[in-house]
Amino acid sequence: MAAKPPGGVRAAALGVSSGADISGKGRRALPQEPHPAASLPPSPQGGGEHRETVLRLQGITKRFGALVANDSISLDLARGEIVALLGENGAGKTTLMNILFGHYVADEGGVEAFGRPLPPGDPRAALDAGIGMVHQHFTLAENMTVLENIALGTQALWRPRLDRAAARARIAKLSADFGLAAEPDAPVASLSVGERQRVEILKALYRDAKILILDEPTAVLTPSESEALFRTLKLLVGQGLSIIFISHKLNEVTAVSDRVLVLRGGKLAGERPTAATSRAELAALMVGQDVALPPIVDVPYGGRILVLDEVSTGGKSSGAPLDRAALTLRGGEIFGLAGVSGNGQAALAALLSGSEPSTAGDILLDGEKHRPWSTREALDLGIGRIPEDRHAVGTIGDMTVAENLIAESYRSERFSRRGFLDWGAARTFAREIIADYDVKCPSPDTRIRLLSGGNMQKLILGRALDPEPRIVVANQPTRGLDVGAVAYVHAKLIEARGRGAAVLLISEDLEEIVALSDRVAVIFKGRISAPSKRGERSVRELGELMAGHGLEAAA
Amino acid sequence: MEALDILLTASFWVAAIRIASPLIFATMGELICERAGVLNLGIEGIMTVGAFAGWFTVYSSGDLWTGVAVAALAGAAFGLLHATLTVPLGLSQHVVGIGITLLATSLTYFTYRLALPEVTSPPKIEPFQPLPIPGLSEIPILGQALFSQTPLTYLAFLTVAVVAWVLYRTPLGLALRAAGENPSAVEAQGISVSGMRIGAVMVGSALMAVGGAFLTMSAFNSFFFEMINGRGWICIALVVFGSWRPGKALIGAILFAAFDAYQVRLQQITSGVVPYQIFLMMPYVLSILALVLVARRATYPKALMIPYQKGER
Repeated sequence: MAAKPPGGVRAAALGVSSGADISGKGRRALPQEPHPAASLPPSPQGGGEHRETVLRLQGITKRFGALVANDSISLDLARGEIVALLGENGAGKTTLMNILFGHYVADEGGVEAFGRPLPPGDPRAALDAGIGMVHQHFTLAENMTVLENIALGTQALWRPRLDRAAARARIAKLSADFGLAAEPDAPVASLSVGERQRVEILKALYRDAKILILDEPTAVLTPSESEALFRTLKLLVGQGLSIIFISHKLNEVTAVSDRVLVLRGGKLAGERPTAATSRAELAALMVGQDVALPPIVDVPYGGRILVLDEVSTGGKSSGAPLDRAALTLRGGEIFGLAGVSGNGQAALAALLSGSEPSTAGDILLDGEKHRPWSTREALDLGIGRIPEDRHAVGTIGDMTVAENLIAESYRSERFSRRGFLDWGAARTFAREIIADYDVKCPSPDTRIRLLSGGNMQKLILGRALDPEPRIVVANQPTRGLDVGAVAYVHAKLIEARGRGAAVLLISEDLEEIVALSDRVAVIFKGRISAPSKRGERSVRELGELMAGHGLEAAA
Repeated sequence: MEALDILLTASFWVAAIRIASPLIFATMGELICERAGVLNLGIEGIMTVGAFAGWFTVYSSGDLWTGVAVAALAGAAFGLLHATLTVPLGLSQHVVGIGITLLATSLTYFTYRLALPEVTSPPKIEPFQPLPIPGLSEIPILGQALFSQTPLTYLAFLTVAVVAWVLYRTPLGLALRAAGENPSAVEAQGISVSGMRIGAVMVGSALMAVGGAFLTMSAFNSFFFEMINGRGWICIALVVFGSWRPGKALIGAILFAAFDAYQVRLQQITSGVVPYQIFLMMPYVLSILALVLVARRATYPKALMIPYQKGER
């Protein structure tokens, strides 16, 4: 890398300088000009390594009212480097990147790309300077095709004709060069999450991005999709791009980055070369204290609370329906169900929660055959639910914390009298949950959408676990949460197990499954594998089952 | 049999295309607005403004095309008002739209009274005359229906082609559709969502106003109160019927107009036997039926009616 002449990197990285070069036609051809970076002196940070600095953020401060989201943060990015920006939710990572990308204007400090200051608050300037951003929430129009999404905004608006052929050729070239397969005419709605992310990356490359910012890119990916992404990133930096990788997942950060910057509470808490640090050190920097999983003590095995015998569902839920699935949940255990999302987890959770009936097979509750139950009956039967999507299903964003907390129990005598709600009791209950579950929340009357994901999840935990359910259906309970909140959720699930509940933990995070579960099974295309006891199967064996290898035999 | 014979008369099809023309203009206008993510319920009032502005310009100065231009400008002005309230300020599109309709309609009547305080029956103008296209207009039935119309009708059909081309074949149309599907995708590519939406609402409103002007300058030759008579609302339904696609919306407009022309003729041959209100109702009932059948699987613009504020998630 160091020996490569600066001017040659562009061509090597993009390989499209002839023919398909349409991106700047009609616009001021900023990205097409010889890059100012080509003549930059090596950065002082690069020392003897001769690596130039492509991006420099200096003393960025951003305040939202009284909250200081970024407090004088500086950052340098060298060519061909992956810098990880690590921090819990709310540490200021996304704010910082939004300033860099021109979505927000910083109160103090400035951004330099390739030695030139970027005008604040102008996404177009960032794009033209070669900065591409892959947002956590994809900015793709679902009803439009891959090609349309990528070509959007790359040709002068007043051209009489959109040059689809040129766009198609360039996408094909980029796909081939970077191993990012994409079908240009497929509507985005038909793509999986991993494929959509590839389209986002292609979008940035299409615009000659030299600096790629990925905001929590793996939050929505399966483990194998994440690995594919990491391979792509390595390939990109190998060709001269620079990457900022925003994450709160330690294992990813250590796997993919060259250097780690840790943010905590809007301040830079530390900077380490990845090779010279450990996960424990990074976690401590991130949280400000040491984090550990609470000990899992043996509890007496309870009886078989719930048995599914060859149960199938009709496909009402998203993903695969259950296909003659067998499952036994016992009291006092955490049963981990691993699997790539879309393989029937939604159907299983819906069946147990009462929102989808079974079409075949028997459901046994305490050894007795039981017909499929409704959602209300599920609550009466003592089934606590932690839904997969806390925004769409778990909460009603514009209603208050108290209203959300009594959403499952407002009919009980505790909260209603002769058909009228007892708001006093509801608020008291809300204050109890807020205190017991350590929720950071101004009052029971706060609209729940204003809370962070972790605090929202704590409220859902409180709502589900407070009635002491016998069965807990936890579907992806820690998805998108930061280290502290994840530890909290784990502790609460272990606590439920400790008092004899059967906890069904559905997760895509194998490490989580392996760490918590007494027994583990894998779900694939609606079939559930035979379970294995703690430690019986290795992570690799489970991974193979998740990919569908050998599951037919096992089931 | 007599009822079916109507379908074979040239005059029926000529009337159908004439009735369809203002609907085509206004439907294209509404379609552009909605494709960019803004529901424009000001359509009924903007059509009224257009009808008056076009007619009154001609009445004052005499030039028909100047009248069309003034109508379009007046429509664009109300479009700007609508867009200012709904796009940068992000107010409820329903409330603003209905407000614009009420404001534009009343303001038109008020202006009419100010300009013509003395008249009892509105003055007439010399409207657009049919302009048969040599050769093509001699094809039986079809030729008369399509090629013996006024220039404004030809313009209506041309508008459909232009709107379809712009939406699907140009970078501008791509950005406009994206603004209605996922505004943050537009923003992320460095294009102003507000700019796209305001522009779309202004152009769309101008087309609505030209649709209104068609009534006073081509279909009739004078301006009456209440003459828009719900046509704007029909156009809202036609956009849905057409699944937000110009070609399908055009078919919808012609279908509706054909029902309308048909019921008038059906009234004449069955006079006295069936109450005429049944026939008046027919186009609307059929529209509802068609809407139910066709539009159920329509994929509407995902960001329709959702205000976009930069920097929010």
